[in-house]
Amino acid sequence: MSIKGKAYIVGAYEHPLRDAPDKSTPQLHAECAKGALEDAGLSKDDIDGYFCAGDAPGFGAMSMIDYMGLRNVRHMDSTETGGSSYLLHVGHAAQAIAEGKCKVALVTLAGRPRQNKGGWGGGAGKPGQLTDGPPEAGYENIYGGSTHNTYGMCAMRHMHEYGTTSEQLAWIKVAASHHAQYNPNAFLKDVVTVEQVVNSRMISDPLHLLDCCVVTDGGGALIVTTPEIARSLNRPKVKVMGAGESPKGPMGGRNLDLTHSGAVWSGPIAFGEAGVTPADIKYASIYDSFTITVLMQLEDLGFCKKGEGGKFVADGNLISGVGKLPFNTDGGGLCNNHPTNRGGITKVIEAVRQLRGEAHPKVQVPNCDIALAHGTGGSLGTRHGAATLIMEREA
Amino acid sequence: MSDVQDRPANMTRNIPAPAVTIESKPFWDAATEGRFLIKRCTACGEAHWYPRALCPFCFSDETVWEESPGEGVIYSYSVMQRSPSGPYAIGYVTLKEGPAVLTNFVDVAPDGLSIGQKVKVKFQPTENGPPVPVFAPA
Repeated sequence: MSIKGKAYIVGAYEHPLRDAPDKSTPQLHAECAKGALEDAGLSKDDIDGYFCAGDAPGFGAMSMIDYMGLRNVRHMDSTETGGSSYLLHVGHAAQAIAEGKCKVALVTLAGRPRQNKGGWGGGAGKPGQLTDGPPEAGYENIYGGSTHNTYGMCAMRHMHEYGTTSEQLAWIKVAASHHAQYNPNAFLKDVVTVEQVVNSRMISDPLHLLDCCVVTDGGGALIVTTPEIARSLNRPKVKVMGAGESPKGPMGGRNLDLTHSGAVWSGPIAFGEAGVTPADIKYASIYDSFTITVLMQLEDLGFCKKGEGGKFVADGNLISGVGKLPFNTDGGGLCNNHPTNRGGITKVIEAVRQLRGEAHPKVQVPNCDIALAHGTGGSLGTRHGAATLIMEREA
Repeated sequence: MSDVQDRPANMTRNIPAPAVTIESKPFWDAATEGRFLIKRCTACGEAHWYPRALCPFCFSDETVWEESPGEGVIYSYSVMQRSPSGPYAIGYVTLKEGPAVLTNFVDVAPDGLSIGQKVKVKFQPTENGPPVPVFAPA
């Protein structure tokens, strides 16, 4: 497949200012976006792909998507190659459009080097000095938010709306620990009980110490290739079947809903592309920064109905060989590994092991032909990026 | 021993000076005067938070500052227990105008918060910066 003739540039806008003391960098990005949309005759909600580079302040593409309220974005790319980034982005956008990953892609660049002699840092400046960092920074970073307490807010709201209990959340940790006992490299290898989880010390309520993932050094890597090269190698073949992605954030604060994650959008895209349903998934790697992360994502991916995650995860339903949906058979982030506070790659790695039949015999899922890996990055309590990947073992 | 001594102390937290940008400066100038501002779009009529130059709903650049009484209810919260300076509460308030605001809750004990509780804005001083909005039980 080639991008040749598969995509068109329909909007282009150059900001008229050359000296912008009265506008923030996020504002300039948004004004450029507005100008390009008007040039094209499109509206903001037509945008389903967003591309930006290192000049976009904040957390990858998440901060600008949230600032602009790009609620329909389903494809994101913040590849950074300096001044050439935006040409790469057109190429990447054309690829995404050719593949059907998005239909209307927005690429923005903006900045104010004349106002910020040292560049933007994002933190508080010297007393009385203006900064030009992430748009949400001044309004949010002052309140002591961390992953623990922002995910705590999600758990608190989930309990309020659906009656989810700490004991139900604890079953997620219990299942992970049952798997970790067989992983010689796991950071925590001891099997724990529901009682131990709910009696561990409170970190940020309602999340206890044992509701939280481990902090570990380390890392991982993946290699993705063509069908032809895959066939030429002497390894079991793990085929990529579908992928979906989505941002989620408060986007203006209207109808805030902390009980669902971006998986409600990324999941159906991945399932649709793969042509399978949650019932077809034999093994699932589910991002487990906290127990609540797993519960919300399982609901959002459609493994159970919204609000029924507590019942779904209870009584060992996530334990390999015991329950209906074996998850995180390496012990997950809750027990095994969460290298550099980014657990996404280990989610793919364990799914590959399962599909190859190379997981530990005590946790290997029999006839594991279709697996799912899902990740959440950032915070479910503020803004995050969600990604779903579905893979199949090819005989 | 009196009841007062038995009850957990009200939460307080030193809050650092906020990062102020050219776009957010009017908000922090008003905060210095004890006024809580939000933004409203004159094109679609919707209020939003945090304040932006362009409306995050309809993308109009016709947004205006509006003084808010800062009244609302707690959407959710979490009390951070692992803090060297003592427990503190983070959470979202759903303002009467509609938008949800991330904040800290003050003048309340760690076990004194609940979802749906009525709260009202107040301003807490920061070192070397403008005062910042926090919320206390109304």
